Amino acid sequence: MAAFLFRRVLGMILVLAVVSFIVYLVFIVIPGGDPAIRIAGRTATQANIFSIRHKLGLDQPFYVQWYDMVKALFTGTLVSYSDQTNVVSQIWQGLPVTLSLSIGAGIIWLGFGVLVGVIAAVTAGKVSDRLITVLALIGVSMPVFWLGILLRYALAEQNSWFPDGGYVPLTQNPAQWFYHLILPWLTLAVLFIGFYGRVLRSNVLDTINEDYVRTAKAKGLSPRRILVRHVLRTSLIPIVTLFGLDFAAVLGGGAILTETVYDLHGVGFYARTAIGNLDLPPLMGVTLYGALFIVLFSTLVDVAYAYLDPRIRPA
Amino acid sequence: MATTGTEEFTLDTAAELAAEEGGGAAIQGRSPWVLAARRLRRNYVALAFLALFLLIVVCCLLAPVYSSHISGVGPNDTNINGTIVVNGQKLDVVSNGGITTLGNGQVKVVPAGVPIGPQWFNAGGKYVLGADNLGRDLATRILYGGENSLQIGLASAAITTLLSIVFALLAGYYGGVVDWIITRFFDLIWAFPVILLGIALGTALSINGFHHFGLDVSGSSLWIPTAVISYVYIPYIGRPLRGQVLALREKEFIEAAVAQGASSARIMVSEILPNLASSILVLFTLIVANTILTEAALSFLGAGVQPPNPSWGTLISDGESDIVTAPWWSIAPGVAIVLTVLSLNVFGDGLRDALDPRAKVRIEH
Repeated sequence: MAAFLFRRVLGMILVLAVVSFIVYLVFIVIPGGDPAIRIAGRTATQANIFSIRHKLGLDQPFYVQWYDMVKALFTGTLVSYSDQTNVVSQIWQGLPVTLSLSIGAGIIWLGFGVLVGVIAAVTAGKVSDRLITVLALIGVSMPVFWLGILLRYALAEQNSWFPDGGYVPLTQNPAQWFYHLILPWLTLAVLFIGFYGRVLRSNVLDTINEDYVRTAKAKGLSPRRILVRHVLRTSLIPIVTLFGLDFAAVLGGGAILTETVYDLHGVGFYARTAIGNLDLPPLMGVTLYGALFIVLFSTLVDVAYAYLDPRIRPA
Repeated sequence: MATTGTEEFTLDTAAELAAEEGGGAAIQGRSPWVLAARRLRRNYVALAFLALFLLIVVCCLLAPVYSSHISGVGPNDTNINGTIVVNGQKLDVVSNGGITTLGNGQVKVVPAGVPIGPQWFNAGGKYVLGADNLGRDLATRILYGGENSLQIGLASAAITTLLSIVFALLAGYYGGVVDWIITRFFDLIWAFPVILLGIALGTALSINGFHHFGLDVSGSSLWIPTAVISYVYIPYIGRPLRGQVLALREKEFIEAAVAQGASSARIMVSEILPNLASSILVLFTLIVANTILTEAALSFLGAGVQPPNPSWGTLISDGESDIVTAPWWSIAPGVAIVLTVLSLNVFGDGLRDALDPRAKVRIEH
């Protein structure tokens, strides 16, 4: 186990290094991407541009620039090109919003996804199954941002049942925090509920025909016990993997669309602003922050996988 | 999994087929493709949604015809000060604003700059789905936008699939170092949040285009979102295919081909590839649904199709700020996306059921 973890951590560091390097290359390769020219403005002299370039270290070889930037990121001294704000503190500022959004939505989509999948599977072929299948298909076919715009229009703008976007910190007013986040949570969760429901339904249906389930039936166990202890234990394993990776992506700035539609100034929103300004340092920060979550969670998922499924436990 | 409201399929065994054709007749050999086509033909829901998808494609391809014969305006023709006649009434395409006193003494206030809503067919084909704030015909823009969205979605799915096939064949067949490099490459793409990576690349490239390695692509070219989306989805198809190649590699018929002296290229192309065909078909259908959604998301955030070129995503984004006064503007292109993606998802499911009936388990109660 220790060797397994050591290998994974080493792999994580390698992936993060390469990811950061690619982000750097993408923004070096693009023409007109020279930040010095943009910062210097329209009436800049060649000397201005040179001095800015030198100040930002842009006259160094690109691997030196990359190293300096990553070093600045880890020591917390990295500042944005466009407004000179500290990247790490900006990400910290957005973190509570993104955490609130993704944890709440994660609970909703995991809970309802499992519920919907199990109901569909045990009533396979009946009306409830068909209805769930249709709804799940529509759910996975909807663009998240469009659903968000519609919900906001119908429930917050036409009727003021919900607040019209924005975020209230949990520490300031828990009730308002919850109230403001209901629509974003639902919006983000719908796609995943449909997807998880479909995956779980087919997993359960596959598992039900396994020999060991027949054995359990033959032993005279109650259908409920068979479903919970025998069928679900196996069928939920792929869901754990999916959840780990999806949750990491949402946490790491993947909720950028939902955050944009509902004016939630989280990490995704910050990334979007940075991209709009072609501001490399924040983008580097957010991408590494997102990749960190994804790599971390995929390691956790592997550990959880080994725990849940003895068949693949590393020797 | 299952498509909606269809009968459960059964495996067509040779005996069943023979029985259907008059019992005693000699059992005819049928390829798996013929059997799959038979199963698909019985799945009316999947076929209906395939028809819907094809209908959408044809409609979008006919956008120029619609523009010249029905709406009479191009996708980017503005008409801010124009008026149209509906049922004998003269209406502003984009309201000038003002206060009118109605017959019963009520005062009606019209804000300025509100575009005209859906006229359906009351205005002789003009503004069927309403207008936007520049007086452009929304239906025309949705059709032209659909052409862009579908083109990007289909092209990027095709490129992703092709690249994934090559990577999967190389990784699965050669194994060892080649496999290690390719799987790490998949992991690397996987480690980026798809949407973040897409936006970063899309924005970076759309500013001045791409002028390296002998390629000359302008910033507003549709090839930029296409390339970005196809890159982002490579591991989503490459991983499952690689797994299948790994399994096929160990089969006896590959050993036989090796023993016969077939070259590696020949084994990959004529022995392994045909066995992947059904998976590729299903994965392609389902990935098109995803690439269309991703294109919409990128364009919505301004990192995909560049204005004034319409796409379903940019249309939703254009209408977002005016959703209260002109809800149709954002809603209509969204409906187009949902219908397209839904039809692909349902058909893709039906296709999978038809090609791999064992994946569908019959439940005994």
